[in-house]
Order: sequence, then structure tokens, then C-alpha cells
Amino acid sequence: MKKNFVRAFCAFALASVAFAGSTKVGFVTDVGGIDDKSFNQSTWEGIKRFGQENNLTQGKEIKYLQSTAEADYVPNLSTLADEGMDLVVASGFLFESSMGEVAGKYPKQKFLIIDSVVKDKAGKTLPNVANAVFAEHEGSFLVGVAAGLKAKADKKNMVGFVGGMQFPLIEKFQAGFEQGVHAVNPGCKVLVDYAGTFSDPGKGQALAAKQYGAGAYIVFQAAGGTGNGVIKEAKERTQKGDVRWAIGVDKDQYNDGVYAPGKSAVLTSMMKRVDVAAHDVSAMVRDGKFPGGEVLVFSLKNKGVSIPGTNPNLPADITKKIAEYEAQIASGKLKVSEVPAKQ
Amino acid sequence: MSILLTMIPIALVYATPIVIAALGGLYSERSGIVNIALEGIMMVGAFTAAAVTAVLEPSTTWAAYYGIAAGIVAGMIFSLLHAFASVNLKADQVVSGTALNILAGGLTVYLCQIFFDQQRTNAFTTGLAKVSVPGLKGIPFLGPVLFMDVYSTTYAAILLVLLTWFVVYKTPFGLRMRSCGEHPQAAASMGINVLAMRYTGVIISGALAGLAGGAMVLTQDIQYTLGSIHGTGFIALACLIFGKWNPFGVLGAGLFFGFSQALSIYAKDIAFLQKVPLDFFYMLPYVLTVIALVVFSGKSVGPKAAGELYDAGKR
Repeated sequence: MKKNFVRAFCAFALASVAFAGSTKVGFVTDVGGIDDKSFNQSTWEGIKRFGQENNLTQGKEIKYLQSTAEADYVPNLSTLADEGMDLVVASGFLFESSMGEVAGKYPKQKFLIIDSVVKDKAGKTLPNVANAVFAEHEGSFLVGVAAGLKAKADKKNMVGFVGGMQFPLIEKFQAGFEQGVHAVNPGCKVLVDYAGTFSDPGKGQALAAKQYGAGAYIVFQAAGGTGNGVIKEAKERTQKGDVRWAIGVDKDQYNDGVYAPGKSAVLTSMMKRVDVAAHDVSAMVRDGKFPGGEVLVFSLKNKGVSIPGTNPNLPADITKKIAEYEAQIASGKLKVSEVPAKQ
Repeated sequence: MSILLTMIPIALVYATPIVIAALGGLYSERSGIVNIALEGIMMVGAFTAAAVTAVLEPSTTWAAYYGIAAGIVAGMIFSLLHAFASVNLKADQVVSGTALNILAGGLTVYLCQIFFDQQRTNAFTTGLAKVSVPGLKGIPFLGPVLFMDVYSTTYAAILLVLLTWFVVYKTPFGLRMRSCGEHPQAAASMGINVLAMRYTGVIISGALAGLAGGAMVLTQDIQYTLGSIHGTGFIALACLIFGKWNPFGVLGAGLFFGFSQALSIYAKDIAFLQKVPLDFFYMLPYVLTVIALVVFSGKSVGPKAAGELYDAGKR
């Protein structure tokens, strides 16, 4: 009895030392690498910000491992777990199965998956994995407002949406965008096309050419690499004097749309703030409030989705209007549906 | 009808890199070397073209053309590996080609990392833009379809088809090259340097595949990424077989594929096709290619000695 008590006391003492020390956060990249200007880089920036706020040393208390192939995911996640990180983070649905596997082997280790949900065979979330997802429909609503107002200001009456593949996640983008456009410009037509692929810029370009040709003034693409073709078509037409706009996705794509010094064909972007998710969950672990097994939704309310801080292509009256809608959605006064209206 | 007219320019954009790369394959296989590395060479050409364009654009308006030229040179240099492995080292041509395809992905991303500090090249501002031919674009019906807003690379592809037909069938060089692909020992007995001929064939195919890759990235994309070529080299290979190793056949096969892609884009807007699930049209180009290959493969006669090691002593 006494022995047990001593043991428990020691464990407690050790635990509190660890707690008082620091919160160690490890991050595993996917094959895109740490500087992919997208999810990996953004997630790492969130962790670095957490590190700076808590005086953590990079490479020791916060560190990342790069994956060069899909086969690296499981070993990399396991390595960080073996090193005794307080939280192991990975970004993207590519990690769904590997994190499920590793989390099962390390039931005491805390994990965070961003932009995906890890489930076991019975369809339940795992108690040691926190899942961060995004309210894409809310961010898409804001870029929809931007498109609707911009079209109205320039006396145009049609915009478009190009999705990667048609399944509920991408339909959230479409639904939010349509509602945003119609909220400020009820008569505006929204063309919708799905490319069936996230990696064919040629197809994105062809779909954009079709929509712009039919009269669409602004096209919102939620299509990964396919979306690059949409931006290319917008740039080309604008350069020739036929002004058209594209809207970026996931990150601020303003630079991808630059066609002349200081001029970009990207109107604004619907950003998923994976950095906010990584940072906030790290802070929860530090405070002893790890949301294991929960699905956290990062929405407008907690700044998990947003438009970029600066939008050189949007006039002040439009950004003001967007901010108004943002406040309404964040406060819950305005609800955005996740499902597109039936045609 | 109006939908059909708007489909033509889209089909042409799609067909252009396929036709150019397939012509590259034609030179190589006619000289007796199977070149399944078209995909990899296109990636190297695309990377080089995109990188050079992105770097030069601030200083010259001709950046995209320098980019294309650099892509051609890079394709030639990269294809030398295939020529060296399959001619000098007598390696299995399919294995060597596969190695090049795998190498290209890693190599281009590695070079992006070195030059641009990321996994892709920087975004170029324009790349190649569509052009209109003054005068000709006024022709009723044909004008808006063929001479308005077309990429210059599409015209290059059509010129290359004519040029290839002339070179392969109407010049002594073409005759010698074909003989090396049909019966190299007989060609050698007539004093033709089979090894030099095969080197030439592979290098020309490298130049054309490099051009195809450059054309593709500069017309359809905003930067080179690992997914920029996404299998187009393999489609080109299928078009080469489907087109029976003949330049005009290749053009037809390329246009056929381009049209089936365009159809997948417009199917939603054609009344009687609306009931069909969209996924059907996503796979249509590939299914049609497979069907066409099966139907025509019995009759398609490739160069007899393509893929065989050249053994000067064999009778």
C-alpha cells in the first residue's frame, strides 16, 4: 500500500515537472514538404507561433519530420511518439489511416489531425486523437459576397464555381459561395462545374474558358491543382483587356494570379487557417484541456476560415460589407447551409 | 451546333501536347528504340520551360519562347540517358524508359527545391497567350474556330505533323531511319550506321517531348508542379499506337482524344446527355482510348525491330 502510494507520488511529481517544463509539439509533413506554401507550411507556422509564445526551442521542444513517401507516415508519427512529444500533429486526409494505426499503438500519446477526422472500424473517433475540421461553407459565403458585390459594381450578372470532385466536402464550398452571391445580388446567376480531378490544370482551364465564355465574370475554384488552370485563363483574358477574375482557395493565392507588376487576377481567397488549428490545439494541450476524440470545427467565429488580411483587388466598401456578414455569421445570427440548394 | 464550335478550340488545346509528344515517340520507334519515357521527358521539358519563363519574364517579352527552347534542349539532354542505356549499354528499353519516368519526378522537384526553395517552380505571369491570325480570323465559320484565340503551339503541332510526314517518307534520311526500325542488320549491310541513326531518333524524340511538355505547362498551367503532366506522355504513347506510327494517324488520334476530353467538359450542357452521370464522361477519354487500341491493335503494325537489341551479327 505504502509502496503504491510512493509510486503514485513519484509519478505525480514527474508529471508535474513535465508540465511545468514545456509542451512539446511534433509535426509530420506529407510528401508536399515543409515549405509547400500550403497546408504543411501553414501548420508549421502555427506550431512555430505557439513555440515563440511559450519560449520553446525549435528542433527540441517543437520539431518536424519530413515525409518523402507515403510509406514514411507511420514511421514518422511513431518516431515522434517514441520521443515523448506531448502532441503529434499531421495535416490532411492523407494521414487518416496512418494516424489511426499509430494512435491505436500509442494509446497514451496525444495526436491532432487537421482537415480530416480519424475513425476506428466502428466509425467512432479515437479518444487520443483530436480532429480539426473547417467550416468551409462560411468562408465560401464571404468570397461569394465579394463576388456578388464586385459583379454588381461592374454591371455583370453571372459568376461561376469550379469544384475538384463532387462530394460533400467540396459541395460545402459551392453551397456557401452560392448563398453569399445571392445574399447581396439575388439576380446573379451562378454556373457550377466539377472537374472530376484535383490535378488537371488543363481541365480547369477548359472549364473556366467555358464559364467565362458563357458570360461568367468571376470564378471561384475549389479544385487544388486543377484550379491553377482557372487562374491561368483569368490572367490571359484580363491581359487582353477582357477583364475576368478568379477566387483562390485554401491559402492566399494573390501571387499566383499576378499578370503584371502589382496586378493580379485573383480577387480574393477563401483561406483555411490550418495554422490557427495547430496553434490553438497546442495551447489546449498546454492548458491540460486536450480535446481527445472531439471534432473541433474551425469557423468564422474562431478565425479558422477567413479571407486574406489584405485584398488589393477589393474596394473598401466591399470589404466593409464582407466584415458585416462575417460578424453576423460569427455571432450565429446568420446561418449558412452546408448543402447546395437543389437546382 | 454552337456547342460543337466552342468545343473545337478546347479539343485543340488538349490535343496539342499529345500530338507533339506522340510525334517524338514516332521518330524514336521508327529508328528502332521503344520510348516509353515520353512522360518523363515531358516533365523535364515542362520544368525547364516553366523555370526559364518565370525567371526571364521580368526582363523580356519573349520569355515564353526562350522557355520553350530551353525545354527542347533539356528534353534532348535527358533523352540522351535513354539513348545511352538502350544503344550503348544494350539495356532493356522498357526498363530504361521506366527509369527515366521515375527519375523525372524526383529530379524536377529536387531542382525546384534548389532554385525556388519550394516543391514547384515560381508562378510565371503570362506563359504563352492565345493569338489570333489577322485576316484569316474573318473567314466565316472556320475563322473564329481555327484562327481566333489559338495557341501558337497548336499551329506548331500541325506543322510538325506535315514536316514529320515529309522527313519520314520523302527523304533519304527517313528511309534509312525506317530501315533501322524494320531490319537493322539489312540496313547495316547497306552501309547505314544503325547506332547513330538510333541516337538521332531518340534525341529528336527528346526534343519533341520536351517541346510538348513546355507547351503544355505554358498554355494550361501557372507553374510547374509534380502534377503538371499527369499522364499525358502515356496518352501520347497510346496515340502513337492508335495512329499506327503514322504522322497523320497520330494527329487523328490526338484530336480524337482532345474531343473526348472536350465532350466531358460540355456533356452537362448537351440536353440529351444530361441524364448520364458525370463520372461516365470523366472516364470516357480513357475508355475510348482503350477501346480504340483493342479494335485497331490487330491491324497496327509497328516497326518490326522496335524494342529489340541491335546485334550486328544476327541474321
